[in-house]
Amino acid sequence: MAEQLIRLDGVSKNYRKGREIVRVLDGINLGIDKGDFVGLMGPSGSGKTTLLNLLGGLDKPTKGVVEVAGRAISALSSGALARWRSGNIGFVFQFYNLLPVLTAARNVALPLLLTSLPASRRKQHVNTALHLVGLAERASHYPRELSGGQEQRVAIARAIVSDPPILLCDEPTGDLDRTTADEIMGLLQQLNRDYGKTVVMVTHDPRAASFAHRVLHLDKGELGVAPEEIH
Amino acid sequence: MNRFTLIWRNLWRKPIRTVFTMLAVLVVFFLFTVLEGLRIAFSMSDVGVEAQERLLTSHKVSLIMMLPVAYQSRIARLPGVDAVSHGTWFGARYQDNPEFAQYPVVAEEYLALNPEIKLSDAQREAWLENRGGAIVGRPVATQYGWEIGDIVPLKSSIWTRNNGSNVWEFEIEGIFDDTDAGMNAGVVLFHYDYFDEARAFGKGTVGWYVSRGDGSLPLDSLMASIDSEFENSPAETKTKTEAAFAKAYAQQFGNIGLIVTLILSAVVFMILLVTGHTMAQSVRERIHEMGVLKTLGFTSGSIFRLTILEGLLLVLPVGILAMLLGWVTLLAVAAAMGAMFPAGLDIGISSVVLGLALMLAISLGSVLPPVIRALRLDIVALLRTT
Repeated sequence: MAEQLIRLDGVSKNYRKGREIVRVLDGINLGIDKGDFVGLMGPSGSGKTTLLNLLGGLDKPTKGVVEVAGRAISALSSGALARWRSGNIGFVFQFYNLLPVLTAARNVALPLLLTSLPASRRKQHVNTALHLVGLAERASHYPRELSGGQEQRVAIARAIVSDPPILLCDEPTGDLDRTTADEIMGLLQQLNRDYGKTVVMVTHDPRAASFAHRVLHLDKGELGVAPEEIH
Repeated sequence: MNRFTLIWRNLWRKPIRTVFTMLAVLVVFFLFTVLEGLRIAFSMSDVGVEAQERLLTSHKVSLIMMLPVAYQSRIARLPGVDAVSHGTWFGARYQDNPEFAQYPVVAEEYLALNPEIKLSDAQREAWLENRGGAIVGRPVATQYGWEIGDIVPLKSSIWTRNNGSNVWEFEIEGIFDDTDAGMNAGVVLFHYDYFDEARAFGKGTVGWYVSRGDGSLPLDSLMASIDSEFENSPAETKTKTEAAFAKAYAQQFGNIGLIVTLILSAVVFMILLVTGHTMAQSVRERIHEMGVLKTLGFTSGSIFRLTILEGLLLVLPVGILAMLLGWVTLLAVAAAMGAMFPAGLDIGISSVVLGLALMLAISLGSVLPPVIRALRLDIVALLRTT
């Protein structure tokens, strides 16, 4: 039986908008096994990104518990949560979020600044990560000198450089053409299959979702199995 | 790649903006240093101990009104007076240079009362023996390139000679240093006898008396005693310490200094505002990236430190360089205009501390508010900013 890595127990998230309270997530219960590849789909405003933020410790639930590897991260302070994120989570965003003033290699090296690795080891890790995403020859290029697909590859290299067990991807192909999107999804699939990364991916794109082991559907803050899976 | 690389690359995110900000900082602290030097020079706050204890007696109405030379013996006879001598404003210029200080004095008396004037014995003897001789403060000699043996013509705006000319010639017999860097540092001293005999009017009068107490009376009592001696006479007196006199004399420049200081302070303040705004803007543009860094695991504290260090790096090295340039400029101006600034131009440790404090204030004052505001937002809100 697969080991459960992520567990959400009765998780709700509300936002206050003026006097009104907006319920984004309502009593979510979810378990994700180690090495799983989960797609999260749903209409805009259904709470997909909020759920992803809760899994990554970027946000805290109003109610309920988020547990990762047996640790209740929803109870951690913001400082402890930051340290936890640096060792456990790799984020991939729709719009890459690379720092424009740094080269590809330096962007990838950013998470390693939070480790105690010596400079030579950091460089080695960066080269490995860039090599893995097929961009070793673009190491000294700035983001403005790269295509969208290349930028996303750099972002993925940055997400995996400190070897976190979990990759959280927020519409990683949302800004890419079909061919490039397939390449990025192939890369994420390879990281899941060959390197054992647990991937949770928010997407609107059924084609991207087809790369996942299972797809969950979120609507009005409640979780269900995607209609495609039911069929 | 280390944290310094991150700070450095962020600093040069918009190179033209960074260069202009640095130039503004350079101008601000260069002006600040020069202003501080001028302010200190005009305030004459460094008058020495001797000048604090010497008394200066002038006409009660104005320094330009003369006192009878006979007052000297009357002051000398007063209880508590140890020694007395006198000086007179000569008001001359050398060639086309600005007017500077020259006093006709009774040499031995004056030197005895002003022990801070350091003159070699040989030069002192030469001066005493030459009625037309003069001794010169080193800053003046340096500025005009005078050497011992030179005969220099000084053109007085007040005193004409018996022959109708207002050009007086003196032979330089000595160049002295003034250890107090006070009133005598940048003057020409020459013999009163020679002056009194040769002047066309005002014979038998002097500009002011300098006296020293014997310690038996407090200075206040001695000053009151001198002034009461000449009460109800045609030439009543006003006695102050030499230090107080020097300060009052400096007020005429001080007012100019104050105006210059106010105008340049306004300029400095405006540049500071612009610089601060530019730096704050640079931080505000990066709020989204702060969200990215937090996502990657950077704590608010580490982002705070990175941003503060960047602000300091932008201001401190350039500010310190500007203060050094300003200081070198002050030294150069003082060397070139020794007669105007006989005590030299310099800034003190308090000016350096004030300058560094201003640099910290600009760095922190412009960076802290936006960075604190940004770091108060949660990561999701930071990532939502564009």
